[in-house]
Amino acid sequence: MTSHAHDSHDAGHGHGEHGHNPFLAHHFDDPEQQFDSGKLGIWLFLVTEVLFFSGMFCAYALYRSLHPEVFTFASQYLNETLGAFNTGVLLFSSLSMAWGVRCAQLRQRTGLVICLAITLGCAAMFLGVKAIEYTHKWDLGLLPAGEYISQFLQPAHHAGISPWLYYLSAVPALCVLGFAAWYVVAVTTGQKRTAEVAGPLLVTALCYFLGVFVGIAFQNAEAASKAAEHGVAEHGVAEHGVAEHASVAHDEGHDHAGDERDDVMLVSHSDVPVVPGAPELAAVDQAGGAGVFFSIYYCMTGVHAVHILGGMAVLAWLLVRATKDHFNEEYFGPVDYVGLYWHLVDLIWIYLFPLLYLIK
Amino acid sequence: MSLFGIPLLLADKNATFWFPAKASTFAEDVDSLYMYIMWISAVFFALIVVAMVWFAIKYRRRPGYEGDSRALHNNALEIIWTVIPTMIVVWIFAKGVYGYMDMMRPPAETIDVNVTARKWNWTFQYPNGAISPELHVPINQASRMRMRSEDALHSLFIPAFRCKTDLVPGRVTYMWFKPILTGEYDLFCAEYCGDEHSNMITKVFVHEDADYQKWLAEAAKPPENPVAHGQWLYERMGCKACHSSEPDKKIVGPSFAGTYGTEQKMAGGKAVKVDENYIRESILEPQKKIREGYQNASLMPSFQGKLKDNEITALTLYIEALKDGQLTDDELGKNDDKAVAPK
Amino acid sequence: MSAVATEPTHSHYESNEADNFLINSKGVLSWALTLDHKRIGLMYLVGVMSAFFVAGILALVLRTELMTPDQWFLTTQQYNQVFTLHGAIMVFLFIIPSVPAALGNFLVPVMLGAKDVAFPRLNLGSFYLWVAGAIFFLSAMLYTGLDTGWTFYTPYSTQTRGPVVAATMGVFILGFSSIFTGLNFIVTINTMRPPGMTWFKMPLFLWATYATAIIQVLATPVLGITVLLLAAERVFHIGIFDPAYNGDPVVFQHFFWFYSHPAVYIMILPAMGIISEVMSVHCHKSIFGYRFIAYSSIAIALFGFLVWGHHMFTSGMAEVTTIVFSALTFTVSIPSAIKVFNWLATMYKGTVQLTTPMCYALSFIFLFTIGGLTGLWLGALSTDRHLHDTYFVVAHFHYVMVGGTLVGFLSGVFHWWPKMTGKMFSEFWGIVSCWFVFVGFNLTFLPQFVMGSRGMPRRYARYVEEFQDLHQMSTVGAYLLGLGLFVALGVLLHSLRSGKKAPANPWGAATLEWQCSSPPPFYNFQSPPTVNEPYDYLPLVYRDADRGWEYVQQTTPAPKPVHV
Repeated sequence: MTSHAHDSHDAGHGHGEHGHNPFLAHHFDDPEQQFDSGKLGIWLFLVTEVLFFSGMFCAYALYRSLHPEVFTFASQYLNETLGAFNTGVLLFSSLSMAWGVRCAQLRQRTGLVICLAITLGCAAMFLGVKAIEYTHKWDLGLLPAGEYISQFLQPAHHAGISPWLYYLSAVPALCVLGFAAWYVVAVTTGQKRTAEVAGPLLVTALCYFLGVFVGIAFQNAEAASKAAEHGVAEHGVAEHGVAEHASVAHDEGHDHAGDERDDVMLVSHSDVPVVPGAPELAAVDQAGGAGVFFSIYYCMTGVHAVHILGGMAVLAWLLVRATKDHFNEEYFGPVDYVGLYWHLVDLIWIYLFPLLYLIK
Repeated sequence: MSLFGIPLLLADKNATFWFPAKASTFAEDVDSLYMYIMWISAVFFALIVVAMVWFAIKYRRRPGYEGDSRALHNNALEIIWTVIPTMIVVWIFAKGVYGYMDMMRPPAETIDVNVTARKWNWTFQYPNGAISPELHVPINQASRMRMRSEDALHSLFIPAFRCKTDLVPGRVTYMWFKPILTGEYDLFCAEYCGDEHSNMITKVFVHEDADYQKWLAEAAKPPENPVAHGQWLYERMGCKACHSSEPDKKIVGPSFAGTYGTEQKMAGGKAVKVDENYIRESILEPQKKIREGYQNASLMPSFQGKLKDNEITALTLYIEALKDGQLTDDELGKNDDKAVAPK
Repeated sequence: MSAVATEPTHSHYESNEADNFLINSKGVLSWALTLDHKRIGLMYLVGVMSAFFVAGILALVLRTELMTPDQWFLTTQQYNQVFTLHGAIMVFLFIIPSVPAALGNFLVPVMLGAKDVAFPRLNLGSFYLWVAGAIFFLSAMLYTGLDTGWTFYTPYSTQTRGPVVAATMGVFILGFSSIFTGLNFIVTINTMRPPGMTWFKMPLFLWATYATAIIQVLATPVLGITVLLLAAERVFHIGIFDPAYNGDPVVFQHFFWFYSHPAVYIMILPAMGIISEVMSVHCHKSIFGYRFIAYSSIAIALFGFLVWGHHMFTSGMAEVTTIVFSALTFTVSIPSAIKVFNWLATMYKGTVQLTTPMCYALSFIFLFTIGGLTGLWLGALSTDRHLHDTYFVVAHFHYVMVGGTLVGFLSGVFHWWPKMTGKMFSEFWGIVSCWFVFVGFNLTFLPQFVMGSRGMPRRYARYVEEFQDLHQMSTVGAYLLGLGLFVALGVLLHSLRSGKKAPANPWGAATLEWQCSSPPPFYNFQSPPTVNEPYDYLPLVYRDADRGWEYVQQTTPAPKPVHV
């Protein structure tokens, strides 16, 4: 985003005062101008991001006002505890990021590296939890509108880890292996700088799995408590098994024989207001109408997750630069700008969480 | 027609250079606002162009002339040429709103016509149940269109009536007008809807009241010959949009040509003979059996309540008569002199 | 007048020829990986003009088919694909980037006396995003042919076969090119103005660019999310726009036009900025009503966000909504009118030179006025119900986009051509091109107003016979227009080979870009330019054709504007 160039095409004619700061781009008069430009630039970029998300917030507002009962019903499938956990994780990552900016300003190299590592780790944990949430929903057929499988028609399905999770976790697993190998090599060959990068990245990849385990733990806890509350949950088995919907993933040999813990319907019929909503709700749900909530859910959290991934890439770049001692009290712009971006990503989640998870 | 001649070939003699015939109560208002804006614009445009040309000539660089390059300003002038245009556009806006509100508020008594648009034809259903691919309305009475689209966006546009409203799938939209001139006018689809958008044209017929009643009664009467009746229904009830009458031409559902009496394979493996029972079931409960190869096609709607028994019989006879897609005049009962083969 | 002419100051303009930005480094990579805003601008210029050429040929194909009411050589499906391609290439690959990216990139830093834009690497990135988007977009459309129209209305765009997803992803990428260009300009103009250049001492081209950049930054992201959601609708059936899944097609229209209406102001504002410059320079007269023009640019940028619904008056929106949008639409017309009046007043008591840039600028005023006035018919609710989706709309937007933006762009290209290339072009043939373009354009599009009010709908491959005469007139005009544009291109290309060497300041302009050599050195200025009033011509005096205009020393400050 910023352009502090070590470019070779300046011939240093008459404006060569960048003796003491190698990161002052040739087209800026002084570091202040460069910093102000970068700051304005990142703020403008954040404005574009807000507008980008605003389209989806508009869609949310529109469809929620048109179908409030659908939103209330569908929101119950979102695990509030996991959502709250994720909120806490992101807030903490914003803290570590802000601290990192401070470290950069004070030339605290190790501090900066640690803060960036923590931020990256939190981001990875967030994604791990999200992976659990997503794969669990895919199992239940809670898909975008066109593919949505009605929860009132759904035949029995299973508990346990979704097969989708294995696919999703393949990349992080590879990262763990790759970074671990890299770290070991770096340490054994005495490349301290490289180890300083490889180590945090290894921790980041491991944090993804930490998030996955936290997700599983919370989800099991919730299922257990729901089962205890409602006894055996009702199955909404339709009279005419709608043939097309039979191909739900759970058919692939997961053991649900004799599994009393029915986290099948996280919401049983008794949770849904009986009069006057229930018959209409069932009809709407069976017609796929509830899918619009999940469409919006996936779009909003999905685009948000893409921004987390992008942020992680940029943070990794900052990590590399930090280990190379690029940042000091005169030049900390990039850390500051990425920090701003990260705060926006956090802020967007702060809006998403209540709007999606906390609808009552 | 001559290449640069003034366009003399007019749709009808009531059209003028700028406008089609003034065939509805809206036309006068729309045309007059149009001309007001025209005159106002012409005045301003003339002022601007004359000033431009005048200045370009008067102040052109030439030996002996020295212009003054210093900045000029005149706040009074700026205010004047801001305020006056503002007042003018407010007036135009207001006039537009009045005309528009008239267009949006049908009178209490209207003749309601149900309009269905699909790619790429129109169907009009009248209060007495008559169905026609063309729009027939009586003069000096308000007609209200109740419009639905079966697939994409369409727009019903009658230039002679100066009105246009989109048809949005998933909703019903409305448009009303009151014709004041008898005649035959074009009806266009004005929202791009795919391949044959420019062929989605039909006609509006404005009748004197007596003629209108006569037409309505006739239109409600299907042809007497049952095969022709079947064809008549095929063209009006929307079958045509999805089922071709030509062999091997697939639109959405299977073609009717040459299908009667054959054995057809259903999704799920069973083979079924295409006979009266199967056709009847397909019309009333289309999802019960789906032909192999059509599982992913758009679902056929049920015609329960929309087709009477004798109509289902007529359709069956029509399908039976369709062997290679061509129906002889005999089969259509043309020689019985009664049935009119619809276009 | 009390400027005392003394010995001419030592020229800023003599330079080391080898520093000329066109040749200071050689080889394809030195251009492909350049961070020099001037080179990036020229690469954009080549890119957008190529896109324009392709889309222009498509337009001629359409017009040729329309010579006859029935089919001639295109099936309806092919016709639909051609008009989609024509519109999409013109809007996304040509008009939106044209002035800001091709001319703006070159001029903004130089007008500011700066060495480059704030983020040169982002600038190069923007260019490559344009290229990537163009490749993506074009190959998607040419592969199986897209027939949705450039507006991608649902549900047709969710139902049709064809590479809607690929094309919309191309649009998505192009959107980022536009956003980053705008972002770059805002930051550059905010933080890199030289000491002494306050906001109201900036050239008006920079005001126009700034206003455009605001729109680019605020509106384009909404286009991004719209096309992303459209792609998601097609692939995942998210049910937001497609009625088959309980979505609402009118919501798509709202989302789409929320960007695409401000987009038309992205198209016209920079061209207006050019006209402000050209009118002042070629009338050798300080611009009349500087502040009014500056403020009106910002006003257009802001009001432009409020009027998107006027594309949807017949779509079934509530009455109140349409009335509000109609009212707001009329407010947006006033600032444009103010500009036109100020430009005309600039001619008063000036010294008008009918050079090629000036001819195009006068054409602009003529054509843009017609385009703007015809917007009144469309903004008024009752007339719009008749005229919406007819050829009247087609004529209106071509008047503003071609008669406005394209003509303004050409004016700018001719005006700054000597600066960018160091060559003068043939005035005679330049003016010939201007006349052909002017006459051809009017002949093409004036008949279309009549067609529209007579009821000829748009996007029609076939039509009823009564419109044939008007269509044929229109086609002849289109060929004339094409011819004029070819002549213009010929003039420019010819000048590269055999044009006379251009002086630093051939037109006698006072903005900073004329204080360096033509073409500029790669570092833009041999010596720091003197910040002055951008439209104060008193210190300039004409020497001869070779030396052009030069500054003479002034012993008194520029006089304040005179009240008329």
